[in-house]
Amino acid sequence: MSKDQHTNPESTFEQCMKCTVCTVYCPVVAVNPDYPGPKQAGPDGERYRLKDPLFYDEALDLCLNCKRCEVACPSNVKIGDIIQAARLKYSTKKPKLRDYILANTDIMGGLATTMAPVVNFTLGLSPVKAVMDGVLGVDHHRTFPKYAGQKFETWFKRHAASKQAEFDKKVSYFHGCYANYNYPKLAKDLVKILNAAGYGVNLLEKEKCCGVALISNGFKDQAQSQAELNLSSIRKAVGRGEPVLTTSSTCTFTMRDEYEHILGLDNSDVRDSIMLATKFLYTLIDEGRISLAFKEDYKKRIAYHTPCHMEKLGWAIYSTSLLRMIPGVDFLMLDSQCCGIAGTYGFKKEHYQDSQKIGESLFRQIQDSNVDLVATDCETCKWQIEMSAGVTVENPISIIADALDVEATIKLNR
Amino acid sequence: MSREYDVIIVGGGITGAGTARDCAMRGLKTLLLERLDLTAGATGRNHGLLHSGARYAVTDQESAEECIQENMILRRIASHCVEETDGLFITLPEDDLGFQSTFIDSCLKAGIRAEAIDPKEALRLEPSANKDLIGAVRVPDGAVDPFRLTVANVYDAQLHGAEVLTYHQVTSLIKEGDRVVGVEAYDTQARQKKTFRSRLVINAGGIWGHHIASLAGATVNMFPAKGALLIFGHRVNNMVINRCRKPADADILVPGDTICLIGTTSSRLPYDQIDDMKVTPEEVDILLREGAKLAPQLMETRILRAYAGVRPLVAADNDPSGRSISRGIVCLDHETRDGIPGFITITGGKLMTYRLMAEWATDLACRKLGVDKKCQTAQICLPGSETEEEKQKKELQQGRRTLGHKAAHGRHGTRTSAIDMNDSEDASLVCECEGVSVAEVNYAIEELGAKNIINLRRRTRVGMGTCQGELCACRAAGLLGKANGCARKSLDDLASFMNERWKGMFPVGWGETLAEAQFTSWIYEGVCGLDAFSKKEE
Repeated sequence: MSKDQHTNPESTFEQCMKCTVCTVYCPVVAVNPDYPGPKQAGPDGERYRLKDPLFYDEALDLCLNCKRCEVACPSNVKIGDIIQAARLKYSTKKPKLRDYILANTDIMGGLATTMAPVVNFTLGLSPVKAVMDGVLGVDHHRTFPKYAGQKFETWFKRHAASKQAEFDKKVSYFHGCYANYNYPKLAKDLVKILNAAGYGVNLLEKEKCCGVALISNGFKDQAQSQAELNLSSIRKAVGRGEPVLTTSSTCTFTMRDEYEHILGLDNSDVRDSIMLATKFLYTLIDEGRISLAFKEDYKKRIAYHTPCHMEKLGWAIYSTSLLRMIPGVDFLMLDSQCCGIAGTYGFKKEHYQDSQKIGESLFRQIQDSNVDLVATDCETCKWQIEMSAGVTVENPISIIADALDVEATIKLNR
Repeated sequence: MSREYDVIIVGGGITGAGTARDCAMRGLKTLLLERLDLTAGATGRNHGLLHSGARYAVTDQESAEECIQENMILRRIASHCVEETDGLFITLPEDDLGFQSTFIDSCLKAGIRAEAIDPKEALRLEPSANKDLIGAVRVPDGAVDPFRLTVANVYDAQLHGAEVLTYHQVTSLIKEGDRVVGVEAYDTQARQKKTFRSRLVINAGGIWGHHIASLAGATVNMFPAKGALLIFGHRVNNMVINRCRKPADADILVPGDTICLIGTTSSRLPYDQIDDMKVTPEEVDILLREGAKLAPQLMETRILRAYAGVRPLVAADNDPSGRSISRGIVCLDHETRDGIPGFITITGGKLMTYRLMAEWATDLACRKLGVDKKCQTAQICLPGSETEEEKQKKELQQGRRTLGHKAAHGRHGTRTSAIDMNDSEDASLVCECEGVSVAEVNYAIEELGAKNIINLRRRTRVGMGTCQGELCACRAAGLLGKANGCARKSLDDLASFMNERWKGMFPVGWGETLAEAQFTSWIYEGVCGLDAFSKKEE
């Protein structure tokens, strides 16, 4: 039978040749023997679950959803998708209050930004951390990312929106929760680069969290309704001829792949238009349609960490190629491996130890490499590496924005 | 002159196993001889269908009644071998819907619960069934695992004192005058002749019983009818799906454990070919084409292997298809029939009625031996099935159980308590597709008499899964080598097992199945250097 016939990820398990390379590449298997590994949790387990849901193993909760198994698979089995779908379908564990809080990045972010100084201060206090650890099960080693005092959306409306009309060429921007609530600088950096390159930026008509944390915490229905809202906004933008750019590899991956594979939504009409800003920029430069000029005095040694979902997208080449274009950058490519955080996974007390063990060799490599900065396209990798390796981590977009000679770039693209 | 045994039973299929259990339970000193392994004949080569009898209701009321009675008994005494799935008899647009009422009437007359249900309801119950169906009847069909059932019968026979020798081929019957007083057998593993004496010999050789009878000087004309089947990679359906029409090719789809099976074809086979059956491309075509009418998804489902069995029917008329022949039980007292005392043949029948066949044969044996004991096999549960299924399931849900625990429980029922998987090495998997642990393999070697990998497969499901031995065969060979203390033997065993797997994959060798076979040969020939793998294939 042709492989094309298996369009449904739930039936790709039959393509498994049992070569077990997925299990070799699984970061969890390497540190936790309780996890049966992607082969058994995915294609092998699926046959048994079809026989009787009794065969569902709650140890599937240990899956990071890093999709490194899928990247490794030579037979195109959607191993990670099979595991995620099985968790949503068969798990009898009810999500906890902790899971609700971690999963609802939108609600929490909306509340927290209005009282950012208080929230940031409170969440950093040791008694509060102890309570969160003991009562909620959020590991006390973790600090929540700081919330910004002003949402990016608010800043954009007040300071940037009107200016965008000056540009003929337009893109839409899906900023995601992190850039909106925690780190608006990233979003502002993107606007700065695009504007300098001659592109105007629109926000989507409406935007909700992509839903990645809802999916991994078992809130499928809510994830579906948020996904539908996002897709409808994205369709309007694409209808205007605007690609929808992002600055988070995980949001991008979720909207492009998980919407269809896990949530069962048809996104085929807009999937190709959803892309990371680095891919968009690199492609334009490569085609000679824009040029970027960089400051002569910018000098940094920068290492790039490939987030798991970036590995799955296969797009690390765009981000790293852009970084290498900056003349003052001494570039180092880190080994591609999971940092261990996997979104909300590493925040959970029960996963903390595994999370740190998974990332251990990555942290060591970073510490031994004597770099000024680590670049990565995922915000949760950033938190994990900053906490565990003690170096500053930036999105490639922010690094480009810092190194960019804005005036010269504007001239080049006029 | 001392008589070693009361009865010697020839044949380690389900009939012989059931007869051994019955004889042993009635206190007879019993020996079971099998030329190969348990279930090596037709017992291991059928649908594994727990017939409700509905299939025979219109043409053969007697068989239908036997089926439904035994069906209900097996659910009780062999719960760990049975899956109570129920079955549908569907009517497709090209079938005569008028047949449905005849069918239901005949079922009810035979005591089979048969109920016409709305096509929409049928599709809700069984979403894989053909969406075009115009009628459906629900009947108490199910699935039964013939390997487990046979092994459980043999195990219980042994618990009741019976002796069981596999790989012992009966070469002649010992006669004193006309009376049969024992058998000569060749132990194919130790390569030596052995003599066993008994007061009675029961021929339960299935299709091979024709030959055993001839050794005694009796003629039992068997009618070899070949039936081919395909095994699919996973369970497409969770209820048995049949066509509601007169029995024809490939009209039963049975879910069994992790897989499902479509069958069968039916064709005449010369007696001299019963040990060397091959599934032809035409048979594969028929099975796929007709099977897809029951469940269209089959066309897109990976096929693991093809195999064929021989129906051990006793020739009764000249119908060339072999389908109109009664599946009725034939119990022959050769003393009255042919003037050969000490010799009984039990044949005909089918997997479903093995217990009843055993009861008839044992009743006759007891009469001849002057033993006055009642049959209890319909009341006393087989080892593994002692407690109710639901209770067992509940036990499984408590605490975190691995695939190895849960899968073993499906295979051994309450006997799983004898498999200790507490140690992490014992709990590690030999067969990943079917969830067979090291401990389960060792249990099969020590308790269930597994001597080689094929024996292990029949007692555990090692090598029956998606990869058809690619990952598990060498691990199983290692454990057997350790148990038998002979590495060389294990290597030969491994090569012959892989060849046996390939034999079943060859007729369906395309797509993923072919890729899997290729990958397997890389591993065994290329990486492990198992030369015999290629040499034996030639």
